[in-house]
Amino acid sequence: MIRFENVSVRYEGAGAPALQDVDLTVPEGELVLLVGPSGVGKSTLLGTVSGLVPHFTGGVLSGRVSVDGRDTRTHKPRELADVVGTVGQDPLSHFVTDTVEDELAYGMESLGVAPDVMRRRVEETLDLLGLADLRDRPIATLSGGQQQRVAIGSVLTPHPRVLVLDEPTSALDPAAAEEVLAVLQRLVHDLGTTVLMAEHRLERVVQYADQVLLLPGPGLAPVLGEPAEVMALSPVHPPVVGLGRLAGWSPLPLSVRDARRRASALRAELAGRTPAAVAPPPAAPAVAETDALSLRRGRIEALRRVSLTVRPGETVALMGRNGAGKSTLLNALVGLHAPSSGRVLVGGKAPSRTPPREMVRRVGLIPQEPRDLLYADTVAAECAAADHDAGAAPGTCRALVSALLPDVPDETHPRDLSEGQRLALALALVLTGRPPLLLLDEPTRGLDYAAKSRLIGILRDLAADGTALVLATHDVELAAELAHRVVILADGEVVADGPTADVVVSSPSFAPQVSKVLAPQQWLTVAQVRKALEDVRP
Amino acid sequence: MSGRGPKLPGAFMLRAPAAGRSNALHAGAWWLWALGLATAASRTTNPLLLGLLVGVAGYVVAARRTDAPWARSYGAFVKLGLMVLVIRLVFSVFLGSPIPGQHVLFTLPEVPLPDWAKGVRLGGRVTAEQLVFALYDGLKLATLLICVGAANALANPARLLKSLPGALYEAGVAVVVAMTFAPNMVSDVVRLRTARRLRGRPTGGVRALLQIGLPVLEGALERSVALAASMDARGYGRTARVPPAVRHVTTALTLGGLLGVCAGTYGLLAAEGAGYGLWVLLIGLAAAMGGLRLGGLRSVRTRYRPDRWGARAWLVAGSGAAVAGLMIWAASRDPAALHPGVLPLVVPEFPVWPALSVLIGLLPAFVAPVPAPPSAPPSSSPQGT
Repeated sequence: MIRFENVSVRYEGAGAPALQDVDLTVPEGELVLLVGPSGVGKSTLLGTVSGLVPHFTGGVLSGRVSVDGRDTRTHKPRELADVVGTVGQDPLSHFVTDTVEDELAYGMESLGVAPDVMRRRVEETLDLLGLADLRDRPIATLSGGQQQRVAIGSVLTPHPRVLVLDEPTSALDPAAAEEVLAVLQRLVHDLGTTVLMAEHRLERVVQYADQVLLLPGPGLAPVLGEPAEVMALSPVHPPVVGLGRLAGWSPLPLSVRDARRRASALRAELAGRTPAAVAPPPAAPAVAETDALSLRRGRIEALRRVSLTVRPGETVALMGRNGAGKSTLLNALVGLHAPSSGRVLVGGKAPSRTPPREMVRRVGLIPQEPRDLLYADTVAAECAAADHDAGAAPGTCRALVSALLPDVPDETHPRDLSEGQRLALALALVLTGRPPLLLLDEPTRGLDYAAKSRLIGILRDLAADGTALVLATHDVELAAELAHRVVILADGEVVADGPTADVVVSSPSFAPQVSKVLAPQQWLTVAQVRKALEDVRP
Repeated sequence: MSGRGPKLPGAFMLRAPAAGRSNALHAGAWWLWALGLATAASRTTNPLLLGLLVGVAGYVVAARRTDAPWARSYGAFVKLGLMVLVIRLVFSVFLGSPIPGQHVLFTLPEVPLPDWAKGVRLGGRVTAEQLVFALYDGLKLATLLICVGAANALANPARLLKSLPGALYEAGVAVVVAMTFAPNMVSDVVRLRTARRLRGRPTGGVRALLQIGLPVLEGALERSVALAASMDARGYGRTARVPPAVRHVTTALTLGGLLGVCAGTYGLLAAEGAGYGLWVLLIGLAAAMGGLRLGGLRSVRTRYRPDRWGARAWLVAGSGAAVAGLMIWAASRDPAALHPGVLPLVVPEFPVWPALSVLIGLLPAFVAPVPAPPSAPPSSSPQGT
């Protein structure tokens, strides 16, 4: 269906080609998952299929990409629109119209599909994606998962033979991600659509893939093969694969179900052992406290009587679906929203009534988009500004940056950093004020496994130094790695609050893969299991 | 549809149906209705009639607006109208007015101006007559704005643009995209201001604005590039082959037609050209329409569920036209009632027949389809958890 013949892409001004010597064929009707570390050219590869690379982005493409027999060199993206449907990372920047139904029809209108056919296809697509109740809704009022489904629907209506998706589930909560993946599964099975998809959150998608296309690193040849075989050599892999490698299972399990069926021996081996107890944070006076905190925004009650205490050195993961009130709670803790009733105290002060200059020394927040925190042209200028803002000695911030990002020169523009580097820079800026409480909103969005494990290392060190951390996240694996305590919010209320193992092991949507495989034993991460096994098999 | 009540025999034809996509009132009908009210407002300075017009527009908006984002603009237009009123009064107080008046309310110190600024006055006497005159005048402007606001709140602007002829489609898309960008930029500004607070900086002041400005523009630019890519990948701009002869005819017709429209309008407005002006205007219009129609051949687009112009649309548009027509007629028959004098000051009378004719404008509140009751807040609050 898609043929790549010796494809290389080089962007203007870049030293190395973004993509090199890709030579393979994606057969019709398969779901192919594209994996690899950040910066190996996954998005570029996806772009070549829809023709956006090089027609829209510029750069030089050598070799040949053909989709359903059409050569992308001679066909512009708009002339491929009826065979390839593309959804980018951010569904919001994809929408041209303002209501769901119009958005679904937009592509067909451009292609000149007859009105009665359009009407029929829109109805079919509304049913296929479960959007019928939302048909008249303005798109801006939809949740993230709904928007992602509308975006997929909007490229499905012209009946493309190929669907290209760039990180369709990264920004979604686990339930919404399941929703989207179920739809993709249905397209592949029922309609024979070919799907090519890049995704960092492998634990969610790898079991659905028919084949995996691995880009192992810059300049290395791509590998296309059965998921289990490719996962055996992939530098990025989900925890269930990690567990399989550790236990020496072959072929590697890709889903929790596969792994569970093979795990009885491992469970027996681990029986009677418990994960090395996480040292509980020292009993100390709380750094932040909310007491029956309620918060209304417009007509929506975002938080209802939330009581939460965070102690020094403690890591708390806030989980819950999109819109449950996680970000609102974080914002209340830094004083961006004043409580409607109840009380918030951070470092003994009410954050919404304390001037920002004072608050930066009590609490720091990394927003969902760390880029928002960066204004200056260079890393050095950012650091100087941060020292000034926090009233710290000159050089404090630069020292932190050097510790977190060892090889970033002073004159780099923050925009040229990768997602992970930007996050580290934002972290350094916020840490300059040495706040005893650090809040992170969805920190692993867009990070690959390597960047994520670096982040986990940094956060562990901070917690060990006595900084209290609160993470709002959909990433159950991150919570399992880091958190002492998990708090689950639903509709603005706290529905669960307890030690990580107790809360997540019993939850179908918030349990990490390892715990699903090894339940009822309370193992959360591959690292814990590895350590226990090292003790068993000396 | 959820809002459908039990069908009562006999009454069901009269009662307005619940609004859905298929019976949605044509956006053009709402605009014609609102422009009718606005025309009526432009023919009178009687505050009682103007107030009645505002009341009629407000009632219809209250009865028939949805909870869509564009429907919230009504409040903004009302505020804008009030602001215009206030500015008109303030100007009248400080810059004086050509209305000579007897009842001096107070006298401001007058600023002496050099000779070349003759005719301009700063400060001086402020009379009751001039204030009342300014009030009537400002009220008229405010009413016009509120009528436009009503149309904005009731008709989805994107749908109105969808009814444009095919050749103007691209211009329509540009407008729609621009309209969705404004709210995005506002949310960007809010996000960046909160981010400033997170770094411990004050969020007000010129410096803050400058520092936020650049990232906001950057964000807007990035979004437009992403949107352009998405539109391109979805087939925007596909064109059909058109023979060169047709292309040339299109250009000639459109340009010639527009020239004709300009010349004709000038002729109509100028005192001496009334005879030929109308004809030139009509021929120009016909040529321009033909040009647009031919131009539409180039586009391969089809339209998904265009709004149909049905009986209810005729009623809504007709009610607006009726208000305008009756008011114009009333203005020519009894100008005094519609323009209460300020010299000498009199209490404006209440002209019964023009007032009754304004009430015809309430018709849409009974015939237009009823929008669904405000939907429950989305299962998860809009974005940002």
